[in-house]
Amino acid sequence: MQLILNGSPKETEEGVTLGQFLKELGLPEKGLAVERNLEIVPKSVYDSTQLEAGDRLEVIQFVGGG
Amino acid sequence: MSADSQTRDTLTIAGVEYNSRLIIGTGKYASYEQNAQAAEAAGAEIVTVAIRRVNVMDPTQERLSDHLSPEKFTYLPNTAGCFTAEDALRTLRLAREAGGWKLVKLEVLADQKTLYPDMVETLRAAEVLIKEGFDVMVYCTDDPVYARRLEDAGCCAIMPLGAPIGSGLGIQNPINIRLIVEQAKVPVLVDAGVGTASEAAIAMELGCDGVLMNTAIAEAKDPIRMARAMKHAVIAGREAYLAGRMKKKMYADPSSPLAGLI
Repeated sequence: MQLILNGSPKETEEGVTLGQFLKELGLPEKGLAVERNLEIVPKSVYDSTQLEAGDRLEVIQFVGGG
Repeated sequence: MSADSQTRDTLTIAGVEYNSRLIIGTGKYASYEQNAQAAEAAGAEIVTVAIRRVNVMDPTQERLSDHLSPEKFTYLPNTAGCFTAEDALRTLRLAREAGGWKLVKLEVLADQKTLYPDMVETLRAAEVLIKEGFDVMVYCTDDPVYARRLEDAGCCAIMPLGAPIGSGLGIQNPINIRLIVEQAKVPVLVDAGVGTASEAAIAMELGCDGVLMNTAIAEAKDPIRMARAMKHAVIAGREAYLAGRMKKKMYADPSSPLAGLI
């Protein structure tokens, strides 16, 4: 199925959880935040959040800035 | 030395005490490594950080936290690049989820050319954030009336600009900065506009509680040396403010005694 990850299309398997998806991407959980369809997903429910086709995900982190 | 001059002089923001009155940004540096060295040289305890999309194509890319540990420095998430209250709220809610901290720097900008804060949107966002439990340090114009409104809304620090962001033009309206300082019961920090050390000292001599800067250090020829200069300037300005300057006089007043001249 296809998701929109940080504005670009991304293929992933049906039924994958957010936790699995982030691991597949090779991203550490620390220091990140995830928004799914404009709603923040708390870290505590990453593994119980099942992604669906068409989900719009934003994965953000802290970067240098003034 | 008087007892007063030995007293510890710390800055308290939202109930947390800091020894340093210089907050530095983490943008525009040649590398995160250089940034970390500058933060060290500046003696900074708080650094501003931006919130951006993770590079999902290259998750191994260097991260800010590899060089500036959030255990060592207080991360102050900003809303740089946000032009509406909604954008700023979304950004800071994500920041709180990512870092778990509630101290934030709110800035809602009006236009690209001046990066001037949009005060209507800023106040609107501040009210919502404070209701949601954030401690809001707010970037604002040097308008004493709006500064008061923001303080009344519950902001934990008022941060008027000295001049437009990244301009390095220095404190353009010392009268207003002084008025804001006089009325405020929360810390006032000049945020933006400082270009060199003397201007940081001027901000502090006006009675500001601190200075926040990015470009003045990052775009100096030698950023680490400038970071050190800024550290000394902020301390010098603060000490001069506390010491209380002499009165200005129209004419000379000899420093050596007139009596006993040969």
